Amino acid sequence: MAAVQETIDQVKAIDVDQYKYGFVTDIESELAPKGLNEDIVAYISAKKDEPEWMLNWRLEAFRRWKTMEEPTWARVDYPKIDFEDLHYYAAPKKREGPKSLDEVDPEILETYKKLGIPLSEQEILAGVAPENRVAVDAVFDSVSVATTFKEELAKAGVIFCPISEAIREHPELVQKYLGSVVPVSDNFYATLNSAVFSDGSFVYIPPGVRCPMELSTYFRINEPNTGQFERTLIIADKGSYVSYLEGCTAPQRDENQLHAAVVELVALEDAQIKYSTVQNWYPGDSEGKGGIYNFVTKRGDCREKNSKISWTQVETGSAITWKYPSCILRGDNSQGEFYSIAISNGHQQIDSGTKMIHLGKNTASRIISKGISAGVSQNTYRGQVSAHRKASNARNFTQCDSLLIGDKCGAHTVPYIESKNSSAVFEHEATTSKISDDQMFYCQARGLDEEEAVALIVNGFVRDVIQQLPMEFAVEAQKLISISLEGSVG
Amino acid sequence: MNAPANIKETKAEQSLNAQFDAIFAQTTQENANQRKQAWDAFKAKGIPHRRVEEWHYTDLRTKMNDAFALASKTAPKADALKGAGDLKTYRIAIVNGRYAPELSSDQNVAGLSIAQTNGFLAAQLGTDDAMAHLNQALVQGGISIKIDANAKIELPIEIVRYTDGSQVSSYAGTTVEIGSGAKALIIESFEGDADAAYQSNALTEVKVGDKADVHWLKLQVESAKAQHIETLSIELGAETNFQHFIYNEGASLSRAQLFLEFKGENTHAGLRGTSLLKDNQHADITLFVKHAVPGCESREYYRSVVDDKARAVFQGKIIVEQAAQKTDGQMMIKTLLLSDTAEINAKPELEIFADDVQCAHGSTTGDIDEDLLFYLMARGIPEAQARKILVLAFLSEAIEEFEEEQCVELLEAMTRSWLHADDMVSE
Repeated sequence: MAAVQETIDQVKAIDVDQYKYGFVTDIESELAPKGLNEDIVAYISAKKDEPEWMLNWRLEAFRRWKTMEEPTWARVDYPKIDFEDLHYYAAPKKREGPKSLDEVDPEILETYKKLGIPLSEQEILAGVAPENRVAVDAVFDSVSVATTFKEELAKAGVIFCPISEAIREHPELVQKYLGSVVPVSDNFYATLNSAVFSDGSFVYIPPGVRCPMELSTYFRINEPNTGQFERTLIIADKGSYVSYLEGCTAPQRDENQLHAAVVELVALEDAQIKYSTVQNWYPGDSEGKGGIYNFVTKRGDCREKNSKISWTQVETGSAITWKYPSCILRGDNSQGEFYSIAISNGHQQIDSGTKMIHLGKNTASRIISKGISAGVSQNTYRGQVSAHRKASNARNFTQCDSLLIGDKCGAHTVPYIESKNSSAVFEHEATTSKISDDQMFYCQARGLDEEEAVALIVNGFVRDVIQQLPMEFAVEAQKLISISLEGSVG
Repeated sequence: MNAPANIKETKAEQSLNAQFDAIFAQTTQENANQRKQAWDAFKAKGIPHRRVEEWHYTDLRTKMNDAFALASKTAPKADALKGAGDLKTYRIAIVNGRYAPELSSDQNVAGLSIAQTNGFLAAQLGTDDAMAHLNQALVQGGISIKIDANAKIELPIEIVRYTDGSQVSSYAGTTVEIGSGAKALIIESFEGDADAAYQSNALTEVKVGDKADVHWLKLQVESAKAQHIETLSIELGAETNFQHFIYNEGASLSRAQLFLEFKGENTHAGLRGTSLLKDNQHADITLFVKHAVPGCESREYYRSVVDDKARAVFQGKIIVEQAAQKTDGQMMIKTLLLSDTAEINAKPELEIFADDVQCAHGSTTGDIDEDLLFYLMARGIPEAQARKILVLAFLSEAIEEFEEEQCVELLEAMTRSWLHADDMVSE
């Protein structure tokens, strides 16, 4: 019961309106002028010292984007975004590019320290900090400010660096894989991202290597009126393994901020990628003012046989979430997994889910989605499972459960099931309910008060997914869940 | 990503323009307005295509190559109409969209009144669908059926909808009003000349009063080349029991769209059906079930068997509004794909705004279970026969839910005939 008590304490310690990570770092920034045109695209490209091919790639994306319209099919409602009223590039001003962590602006190090992200390797190496070693790429507004453990990773042959650096240092890998999973013209936000992405992480795991530590990127939006457009590309070569974690926070501001990221994963033969996200962007205040618009395209490609991609996400933040981490199961015997907890409270709107596209033989996928809606929020699961003609013996199991807390919120399930192969076996089940009086009575009869009982039941409801998270994240996620639901009980 | 505006009119849309102009010129003053409004509503949408979410899997724009000429009034022989076969019923025949009294039963049944209408419906109940609007724009005729309060109609009411001729289209508008406490069984069949290519578009509005008990069986046995579109809009009163079953066998393209709304508390609705598809058939069942009041129960169970290059589409949406607490909604879709070129697209949706509800949906897709097949074959049953037994068993599970024994027998006989398993005995 200790864990439950801890959850309760945690919740009690903060106000409804308190978003733990809502502070602003006061730092001098370099901003691109507001608005979007070919000059801005060229400006970003020049800032990053990019080769010609990259600039052309961006410009082509930008021209395509101008012909596209914002999608309206998702069950989310927000005022039209003025794409001309945004800064598409923001970077902390710096004298010279930091050679080592010591040269990183102490304000920024302090920010990450406040967020609980250890950036100083020394402490960890010297045994001052606890031993769970995670290599971190810290992205602050539009740029990557620090990447830890680079040398140690390099020893294993692993490349882990900001994507802007990869474009310069490893152009052959970037050219081969960038845009190969999420094509430039994939959708409105992905195309926008392709034109203006500023930074993000690049990971390459060479054949047969098991990445010696967890890799992690921590995203932070600091500047007001900026859009953050990061791009992540992870390639797991034959027989390799990597586990990657992503965390996000932003300061508390009254205006909405835009975050449109693209994540591409490529798993070659026998490779395995595990991608975990704890998304905790600022969700807006209790009146629904402010918060991040999180429009993200995430897709993994099991390109060769026996590969596996697993997505785990805990979605608690953002005013609006529009996100469908997907798997293309191209290789024979490849596997895709999607584990999700999506919690909406206050005025949040979530439209999230996954796509499992079975193309190869004997491919298998599993979807476990747990949605919890409270307050006046709307929470939608939207997922697609499809088997193409040649996907013999494809197998899918989908379970989407929704829990409603309060009578003003909504929970929706929109699955698309498409099978063109008779040997494909797809099973889908979904339930929606509230915490039953029986469950509450059972817990309360055993001496728990109402809040404790709800915390216990919710923890049980999401357990299947929490178990899939790496240990450090699981603890954080559990705390986040209780905080997100604060004020919704009773 | 977004739906592009319909830039160019298809051949079918051009034909429809001419048909509307012709029929509008003959329309009497009192109906002209209604016809025009429906036409404008249709024109605003055009023939539905895959960018229209509700028609995503049935791209009518590409599947409807032409709109056939409006069928004229004909007098087919009485034995052309199959209906519910040998069952003793009270028959109402509708030929080419018009009431055909000469082919209908003529005895008076207490509590039941039938009247010929011009097919225009008073109010469209919750449907803003392009093909429902098209029906009202081109409607040729119809009937109204009224069952008095507390009337218990002994005989099944049989509605035979027959399209006579080839390269023709028929549009009928029907209203059914069932009084409080009434009890009735309705068997409705959709049919036409064998091998004739035609289009039938039926729009039916049903109002069921409180404490009524209504069982409705739809037999869709249109000709193999027909295109069939049916829009059924249902409003249910309080403490009512409403059972609906679709038997889907005919037509090269069929779309059955049901809009059901609970208007009174503590009502139960059971929607079930089986689709038996082969060749290049495309069959679409789309449901919108709206729980607007507390304490109602809905069950949606559909099973499809899809062979050859056929394609089954199922879309079901259960909407639970904020007022509809204590709603219990369960949906289950099961599909057997019998060939590697068959296809199923399913979209069971839940849209829930109330918290004290129990809603669930499930869906399974796959081939015949190898273990079951092995079990039967190990007992000396040849594979082909064993497969038929398993398919029949799969479909029977849905059929047996129907309460009326005579309907169950009728459905099982039709299913066996489709399977070429007439010799198989049902237990």
